[in-house]
Amino acid sequence: MKKLTTGLMLGLCTSTAFAATPTIEEMWIIIQQQQAEITQLKTQLVLTDEVLKENSVKVEATATMVEQVATGETSLASSWAERTQIGGYGEMHYNNLENNNDNGADIDEIDFHRFVLYLGHDFNDTTRMFSEVELEHSLSGDGEPGEVELEQAYIEHDLSSTTRMKAGLFLVPVGILNQTHEPTTFYGVERNNVEKNIIPTTWWEGGLALSGEILPGWSYEGAFTSGLNIDFAEGDYKIRDGRQKVAKADASKPAYTANTKYTGIAGLELGATIQYQAGLGQGNYDEDVDAMLYSAHVAYRNGPFGLRALAAAWDIDDAINEVKAGANEQNGWYIEPSWLVMRDLGIFARYSEWDNLAGSDGETDISEWDVGVNYWLVENVVFKADYQWQDAPPGQKELEGFNLGVGFTY
Amino acid sequence: MKIFAGFGYRSGIAIVLLTMAFSVIGEEYIGRDEFLGLACGDKKPEMQTLWITEETRDAAKAAVGWFPPALRLRYWQEGNCTAWILEDIGKDKPITLGIAVSGNRIERVEVLAFRETRGWEIRYPFFTSQFSGLTLATDGYLSDSIDGITGATLSVRAVERVARLALWLDMQVNG
Repeated sequence: MKKLTTGLMLGLCTSTAFAATPTIEEMWIIIQQQQAEITQLKTQLVLTDEVLKENSVKVEATATMVEQVATGETSLASSWAERTQIGGYGEMHYNNLENNNDNGADIDEIDFHRFVLYLGHDFNDTTRMFSEVELEHSLSGDGEPGEVELEQAYIEHDLSSTTRMKAGLFLVPVGILNQTHEPTTFYGVERNNVEKNIIPTTWWEGGLALSGEILPGWSYEGAFTSGLNIDFAEGDYKIRDGRQKVAKADASKPAYTANTKYTGIAGLELGATIQYQAGLGQGNYDEDVDAMLYSAHVAYRNGPFGLRALAAAWDIDDAINEVKAGANEQNGWYIEPSWLVMRDLGIFARYSEWDNLAGSDGETDISEWDVGVNYWLVENVVFKADYQWQDAPPGQKELEGFNLGVGFTY
Repeated sequence: MKIFAGFGYRSGIAIVLLTMAFSVIGEEYIGRDEFLGLACGDKKPEMQTLWITEETRDAAKAAVGWFPPALRLRYWQEGNCTAWILEDIGKDKPITLGIAVSGNRIERVEVLAFRETRGWEIRYPFFTSQFSGLTLATDGYLSDSIDGITGATLSVRAVERVARLALWLDMQVNG
């Protein structure tokens, strides 16, 4: 009985073992099934890779489109807008000045001196328009103190990557402030009196100009423009009185300007200008009063230290002396060291001398000291304060006092 | 004084036209590939993409004050050297700059495109070489001051801003 039981168990085990082991044919089927599954999985992997790649491309394309929408590159209108630039600057001043000579009133006034809008447009990569409209003294019109002025409106075309031609109404290339005068870029509430009364900043004319680089860091600008027109019949003789502002300007006697600048060392600018005026009276008088302007300047910054200095002189035909003795020479100069105490706080001192009757034997020159501070709230917003005192001959205003200002550019 | 009295408008136009005829042929700006070839030594860096999250944008603004309007930035990397091509506006037009950074220091600054009327001097080595070796200070400014260019203050500031951002981005990529 025991043997029978043992035999039965062995038989069962053997038959179970035989049942669990597939035959070769069965194994072949299993291998084929597994191979098919592997192939299917591989195909799925390839497909997944492709989908991933496709999704990656889609994400890139979406990002590109979103960026284009964000930056406005998706329509003709936005493309036009992208090629159009707008900007400007403004400055408000408070002047509290006492006139030490008995020939006029003291000054105690607040004035939004300048509010300027720039508008530029690129027609293509080589041709563009730039314009600047200014409202001076806040309110213009009959009997009002201010003016609306077109200060720049010209077409500029690149003849090569270093040579440009300009046609229209543009700033005369002379001095430091005439072409760059945003309030955040210079010290002092008011623009200095040498560039104002001698150069005379801000000075624009209509005509043609050519500018470019001669060598790296050495540039030139030549301009052929309308000229000054001083109303000698009214007794005017100061250069500043001759600005016609290209407003139905008499074009009988043009002006020729040659300017060169060297900026080949970091922080340094050396500049010089010569200009010939064919007739300061535009031929309206018996004598042609022609004139030459000579101007040179240096602007230097090394770390916190800055220095600006400029000299300008007019050599005018002696015939102008019949209008005002000594007006045949008009000149001035200034020197302005400055120190950036902190990244956003700078102090300066300036000594200036100018004379619109330098050809006379008498004492006619005016000198001025300015000391002050600029505080840049942010890069494009500045608060200014300065104290000035002048030494002027009898008969001329001699102003002493303080000025406050706020300016911005955008 | 009447030495030029014979000059008139016709002679003025003639002078301008004559000068135009002899105007110098210009020097081209360095191209993108040329910059990338110079950025990280002999080996040209590989292009990478840095996706910008809101956190990244906010952190950059907090650190260096600005960030361009982009969802991702392309940059190029070889070892610990990164090269960035970024744009910022000077006065009213974008300036395209190439900045190479290695070991958290600026290796090279190149102006790839300048579109403003004034301030083109920023492309010359006498200006760009001042950036070499500068790092990002803890206040988010450059570790040393840059001597600017008279009449191009806004363009100079734009280059400084881009250099600061490139240093900050390099730190995000290389740590």
